[in-house]
Amino acid sequence: MSYLHNIGAYFLMIKEMFRKPTKWSVMRHLIFKDIDDLVIGSLGIVAFISFFVGGVVTIQTALNISNPLIPKYLVGFATRQSVILEFAPTFISIIMAGKVGSFITSSIGTMRVTEQIDALEVMGINAINYLVFPKFIAMMLYPFVISIAMFLGILGGMAACVYGGFSTLDDYITGVQMDFIPFHMTYAFIKTFVFAFLLATIPSFYGYYMKGGALEVGKASTTSFVWTSVMIILLNYVLTQMLLS
Amino acid sequence: MIEVNDIHKSFNGNEVLKGISTTFEKGKTNLIIGQSGSGKTVFLKCLLGLFIPEQGTISYDGKVYSELSADEKRELRAEMGMVFQGSALFDSMTIAENVMFPLRMFTKQSKSEMEDRVNFVLKRVNLAEAHKKKPSEASGGMQKRVAIARAIVNNPKYLFCDEPNSGLDPKTAIVIDNLIQEITQEYDITTMINSHDMNSVMEIGQKIVFLKDGFKAWEGSNETIFKTDNETVTDFVYSSELMKKVRQMYIEEKQ
Repeated sequence: MSYLHNIGAYFLMIKEMFRKPTKWSVMRHLIFKDIDDLVIGSLGIVAFISFFVGGVVTIQTALNISNPLIPKYLVGFATRQSVILEFAPTFISIIMAGKVGSFITSSIGTMRVTEQIDALEVMGINAINYLVFPKFIAMMLYPFVISIAMFLGILGGMAACVYGGFSTLDDYITGVQMDFIPFHMTYAFIKTFVFAFLLATIPSFYGYYMKGGALEVGKASTTSFVWTSVMIILLNYVLTQMLLS
Repeated sequence: MIEVNDIHKSFNGNEVLKGISTTFEKGKTNLIIGQSGSGKTVFLKCLLGLFIPEQGTISYDGKVYSELSADEKRELRAEMGMVFQGSALFDSMTIAENVMFPLRMFTKQSKSEMEDRVNFVLKRVNLAEAHKKKPSEASGGMQKRVAIARAIVNNPKYLFCDEPNSGLDPKTAIVIDNLIQEITQEYDITTMINSHDMNSVMEIGQKIVFLKDGFKAWEGSNETIFKTDNETVTDFVYSSELMKKVRQMYIEEKQ
């Protein structure tokens, strides 16, 4: 029953989030602040992980190609496909569920514990709209982060491939350019928008509706990470089935 | 003026408020007192519109809350100021930004007009120099004064205070009490204070509502509380030896 209750409460929160803000000028300021906190603030870790995981994907692929009949440019091709289709949109989103998700849950949860949300409601401000809507808008820039992850993943793969001696730069670039299907980018960005929505709303839900004190803020952050990851994995499967099969 | 008429409120079948009726007058400091678990906080949250009573009505200067549209409720809320027990200041903002917040949200004032108003109220609560501090850098007493400044900055008609003295030393508690009373009279607002502090009861309780087990057990003022024979009230208010002596002295003085 509690699952059904939570699902209902989540959708009611979404409806409330899209109500008209009390004041657009204040909302604009909050959106810029959240873009800075959630998107710009994540670029460093995303860049670092993307570059090195791209490198690892390349090394693993190269080491597993033992048949001399398989052309060397396939390393670049496999890296591109892995990075664009799965690594950048899905793997990075799971990492963001930990980084951005726990930040959102703990910041909103702390506001709940310290009665700051009650203060907003007493003033007649739609607290869900005030707190969640700017995060949702900020996360609509998430595809920009994923684009950087894609680029750096492929770049990291290139560095690992060339400096590790697995193939030449020309082979790698040939592989990256080979049989490129533009719809794969569309598919990746559709997934990214869906995951961005989940990353903004599920952690907000667990922060907003948490009860208790400081310990419960920590527990809510963990729960929100688990459920955001579960929903990302589930919807990744559903979207892949719908868009690619 | 706030009129409360026979309100009932339950949680999971447990009735917390069992038919409370009373009136809170304009320009007076109205205190709601009672033991922990007596329903004070639920009562205050009903007055604030955070909880909706299952039965009964609450009217604000003749406007019955349950009959208002969503927009009218929001407008009414904008006329309320609230001082929370833990101050509830927005920790991402400075003290000046906290106080300016209701103005930014609900008025069309220019930045300089808002700054003037913020300076005025911060001066009124004796915090003229604290603008750029973050709430975490302020003491408990300062945080309470900032919370009062934020509550009154938009000229509210109704001021609600939940345990404004909790966690404060006796001297600061008196400063806060006096400040609330002065502001209430100065701006002619209807003030409701949820309190455990007997000093507040005696000093500023122009009207006192005593709750016990969800019922209104007694109502009166800081004058009549000395004279009452209501055992429920005397057991609570004069539970300490010091308060017993104070009452004895008051009675002897009157005789």
